[in-house]
Amino acid sequence: MELANIEKLVEKYLNAETSLQEEATLKNYFTEGTIAPHLQEYESMFCYFTISKQETFTKTIQLETKKPSGKNLKWLSVAASFALLVSVFIGSQEYEKYQQEKTFTQVSYALNMLSLNLKKGERAIQKVQTYENTINTILK
Amino acid sequence: MKQSDFLKIVFPFKDKVFRFAKRLLVSSEEAEDATQELFLKLWKNKEKIAEYKNVEAFAMTMTKNYCYDRLKSKQASNLTLIHSNYKEKDTSLDKKIEYRDSVNQVHRLIQNLPEQQKIIIQLRDIEQYDFDEISKMVDMQPTAVRVALSRARKKIRQELTKTHNYGVS
Repeated sequence: MELANIEKLVEKYLNAETSLQEEATLKNYFTEGTIAPHLQEYESMFCYFTISKQETFTKTIQLETKKPSGKNLKWLSVAASFALLVSVFIGSQEYEKYQQEKTFTQVSYALNMLSLNLKKGERAIQKVQTYENTINTILK
Repeated sequence: MKQSDFLKIVFPFKDKVFRFAKRLLVSSEEAEDATQELFLKLWKNKEKIAEYKNVEAFAMTMTKNYCYDRLKSKQASNLTLIHSNYKEKDTSLDKKIEYRDSVNQVHRLIQNLPEQQKIIIQLRDIEQYDFDEISKMVDMQPTAVRVALSRARKKIRQELTKTHNYGVS
């Protein structure tokens, strides 16, 4: 590429009138081969552009960072509701049992008391009966 | 659309998105996060992708807006960007220290440009998009893009000539 041509292109380049092809030509000139002394300052510019384009995104793109946690949450809520249902069911059963036991003890206590008192009455009646029997034998 | 189809569409310009994000956000980590976030967004809107004529241009516009949001939120929370890319990945080309210095200087000069010029330099001189695409991405008239580009190039050239003549950087 002739120097005059490059100079013309540089001028156009500064006015942002170059096409992409012309810019590629410039880039080639400044990154390869020898550069005319009075155009030296453009060298670092075009080198920088070339170097900058080599940088790449090295990490992998992750598209589902949030989805798994959402799934977990759904299953967690299902499990929690199930656990709640079971515990309520068992709880009500236990409560019923407890109530039954309570009434049973109360009833048995009452019956005990009744039988105790009945025994007392029986003894008293026995006493009276012995007394009556003795009187009868004496009076005969 | 399956994941593999999506990745096939997206794969060719993932590096461009990353470099673009890095140009605006400076740090590599930030740019990686931005790229990841952007593709996640695109993936969520995958049904609409077929409707866009140019997915790549759309992705670049999204990147620009996303980075602006990031920068704005950083300013709002009074945080400054800390640039800590300890190792530059361009070891293959830095044979001369002097040469490397001047190349790094170009990087600095571009960083100091106004946001809009920075974006346009990135899109044109590094990624080589044509003016129509750029004007769509940045939502400007093609002529305005040319003007901004010309200004940016002249500014870089001017600074480089200065250091070249005086030998200070």
